[in-house]
Amino acid sequence: MRVGVIVFPGSNCDHDCAHVLREVFKAEAALVWHKETSLRGYDAVILPGGFSYGDYLRAGAIARFSPVMRAVEGFAREGGLVLGICNGFQTLLEARLLPGAMVRNRSLQFICEDVHLRLENATTAFTRAGQPGRVYRMPIAHAEGCYIADPVTLRTLEDTGQVVFRYCTPEGEVTEAANPNGSLGNIAGVCSRAGNVLGMMPHPERCAEVVLGNEDGRLIFESLLGRLAATSVAGVTARR
Amino acid sequence: MGDPPITKALIEAHGLTGEEYARILALLGREPTYTELGIFSVMWSEHCSYKSSRVHLRRLPSSGPHVVQGPGENAGVVDIGDGLVAVFKMESHNHPSFIEPYQGAATGVGGILRDIFTMGARPIACLDSLRFGDPALPRTRYLVRGVVAGIAGYGNCMGIPTVGGECSFHECYNGNILVNVFCVGVAPRDRVFLGRAAGVGNPVIYVGSRTGRDGIHGATMASEEFDAGEEGPRTTVQVGDPFTEKLLLEACLELMSTDCLVGIQDMGAAGLTSSSVEMAGRGSVGVELDLDQVPLREPGMSPYEIMLSESQERMLLVARAGREAEVEAIFRKWDLQVAVVGRVIAEPLLRVRHGGAVVAEVAIDPLTRGAPSYERPAARPAYLERVARLSAAEVALPGDLGGTLLMLLGSPNLADKRWVFRQYDHMVGTNTVVLPGADAALLRVKGTRRGLALAVDGNHRFCYLDPRRGAALAVAEAARNVVCLGAKPLGVTDCLNFGSPENPEIMWQFSEVVDGIAEGCRELGLPVVSGNVSFYNETSGVPIYPTPTIAVLGLLEDVSGHAARGFCQEGDPVLLLGETREELGGSEYLKAVHGLEAGGPPRLAWDLERAVQQTCREALARGLVRPAHDCAEGGLGVALAECTFGSGLGARVRLTEGIRPDALLFGESASRIVLSVPEAHAGEVEALARVQGAPCQAIGRVGGDRLVIEGLVDVPVSACREAWARGLERQVLHV
Repeated sequence: MRVGVIVFPGSNCDHDCAHVLREVFKAEAALVWHKETSLRGYDAVILPGGFSYGDYLRAGAIARFSPVMRAVEGFAREGGLVLGICNGFQTLLEARLLPGAMVRNRSLQFICEDVHLRLENATTAFTRAGQPGRVYRMPIAHAEGCYIADPVTLRTLEDTGQVVFRYCTPEGEVTEAANPNGSLGNIAGVCSRAGNVLGMMPHPERCAEVVLGNEDGRLIFESLLGRLAATSVAGVTARR
Repeated sequence: MGDPPITKALIEAHGLTGEEYARILALLGREPTYTELGIFSVMWSEHCSYKSSRVHLRRLPSSGPHVVQGPGENAGVVDIGDGLVAVFKMESHNHPSFIEPYQGAATGVGGILRDIFTMGARPIACLDSLRFGDPALPRTRYLVRGVVAGIAGYGNCMGIPTVGGECSFHECYNGNILVNVFCVGVAPRDRVFLGRAAGVGNPVIYVGSRTGRDGIHGATMASEEFDAGEEGPRTTVQVGDPFTEKLLLEACLELMSTDCLVGIQDMGAAGLTSSSVEMAGRGSVGVELDLDQVPLREPGMSPYEIMLSESQERMLLVARAGREAEVEAIFRKWDLQVAVVGRVIAEPLLRVRHGGAVVAEVAIDPLTRGAPSYERPAARPAYLERVARLSAAEVALPGDLGGTLLMLLGSPNLADKRWVFRQYDHMVGTNTVVLPGADAALLRVKGTRRGLALAVDGNHRFCYLDPRRGAALAVAEAARNVVCLGAKPLGVTDCLNFGSPENPEIMWQFSEVVDGIAEGCRELGLPVVSGNVSFYNETSGVPIYPTPTIAVLGLLEDVSGHAARGFCQEGDPVLLLGETREELGGSEYLKAVHGLEAGGPPRLAWDLERAVQQTCREALARGLVRPAHDCAEGGLGVALAECTFGSGLGARVRLTEGIRPDALLFGESASRIVLSVPEAHAGEVEALARVQGAPCQAIGRVGGDRLVIEGLVDVPVSACREAWARGLERQVLHV
């Protein structure tokens, strides 16, 4: 069981993700340089946060052309698990692996703070350890996190359960005041139709340790690693 | 395009005095070339040579059991155990930030980050101390927005969290704001790199961005005062590229994991000139540079421009001969420029070639150790007599002390700085245990149980009224803030911000401040391991208040269980360590409510300070108390209100000192800490304080949703919070 964390030039949450996987969950994690062209040997891939290519032009707009993205597309198409966090989410949108787009926060400022999220879909590989409707607290840190999509796409996302997280009040109400960046439908995270690709703006890797005072982010890693453990056992059985 | 002839006007334009120029003639035995004139000009500028401050800075204590590297390198280094060291420094970027706030502040962050990773340490946090002018001025708002966005733009992109600092306002900064940036990194103790050239024949390698025409004479600009109405020489401000710096950081750290590297230094102020000269000087060797090899942004740059450019995101390094290809491969991988631009030579001189000709040849020593050093005249400023007097009769007691408390909480200097901090990524790196806004920031050190506590402090009013005591108070407060998280202070870095050193009154302030810092550091056993001096912070002859900014780094043995803060349990006794005296001099209250800046700053008794700090640290280490809170600007009233913000729990308190109620509530007596303690432990804490010799009074209990100070104040916690939370927006940003 091996998770690849992609390193684009300018990624800066790559080490944080690897730290959580290795030190908190004792999982095997490897940093994958963006010029790699194959993801053979990885069971899941994380596109971490940061400022790939400085976010010059538009967040994620240049990273999507990195050589490794062809491999990520292939990996996702074959049903591989792909998680994009913050800049990684932006890159997945630019690569059209997820629907919609990001624009600047409505305050036009970078925002770093804890927000509350309501889990809308607990059936994905990344959220299966959670309970639908439960409120999680996680930090955001972005300047371009206002999620937008055309009305048809939004309708489809809602109808097919692709909205995974929504910004909400601590009590779980989805309100305008609880929306930090102006995202349509308070959307904080969406998954692909097949559910194997998740993009989310909040940073679960920043809240997965008791020493940091918040462990709500464990949800994502527990779900993901649990799923990988289950499939690898199944795989071994099948091969036998 | 030929070089201009060396005329009197040209010499003056380079900021060199007649005497200094005569010395150049004597050193060279001939007229300097234009390039040499430029080299002398920047190396002998105040910014690079510390010519007015060097004789004074020697008085600062700089050694101690934890010190691995003291002043003189790119940053200071202290041992934090587990085979690791903390590398830290603070630097000012005042002049550029006033001229062009976004880029000025951004490149200030970029510069200090390079100072840290050039030593082999991965930066783990920045803090900044910001001072702006009168909040009522539109320009202040423009500068606040620009500076904060610049710090955020650079630090966030680099992925280095900005975890704390201070931000305050005073009209003395109307024409000269202060942007002081602190950075700390962590490295293995045996992998610290120095800015030292060595090994004759070793290649001198240029890495990073290309060299352009930006920032030429930035160091000289930072060594002059501004004139009124002058928009300033905007072209001397560099433009930052944090993405390239991020690549440079990763590439340098990758290089440092090999054994190719001999020495490395960032090209900061005075660019290629200072980096090559300083590296040669520290290694007692020489350097020969071939400017034709330097990667340029545009053709046709003169040797003068190449040597003086302050283009950002560049480093100069010396590698082992024969390992050039390995170095090149690493920097190419990260899409950076890399070029062998010279060699280490035995003769201790800087020789610069361009187009095949030698365009400069100067001995190293006169540019470094032998640079001019002045013991400038100092005279006690006349204003001190005038401001020393403060008669209690002049200060009318406010009728509504609760209202006064709310007003103070919402005043620009005391109000919540969340608007600032939320624009900084303060969590990236996943080490931030205590978030911005507390007495000090706290970071865990990965791979260990330890934590680093960081505080930046300074009080310009105290230093204006009494520079020596003001500086000593800043050292005490910064150390106390670190102690409030349970950490043991290990070392200090400072930024000393002043007006023109050519004014004897400013020089007197400077000398006094150095003595005050030296006293504080000696009394608390703290070495000053790095620092920076910024003179010429004045406009049209009006200087800023003397403003030393003190940063203290503390070490916490066990970082777990420190995330909470403030009052957190109903019924907990509230204890006050230290004494409240009738001291209103220099207080925020006196300025904000009465418009007075007078009297002496609070007294400082080192026995008391040590006893209070020791008690607090010991009580935290034994797990007896909840997170502590320093009592500083705004006094006890404000400190108690601040303790309610985390949980919303109020308190009922009774203060029995027989002094003026406003001094009791808002006076800023030093050496005080507010503690809340589980009932069962209160006696033990009091006993501990007795042993240490620290006054300790039980002043009340946590509980309810009001802050009640019997007979004086009775306000809802929610009102305190509202005033505090909205203050900055109401008074400064007007949104």
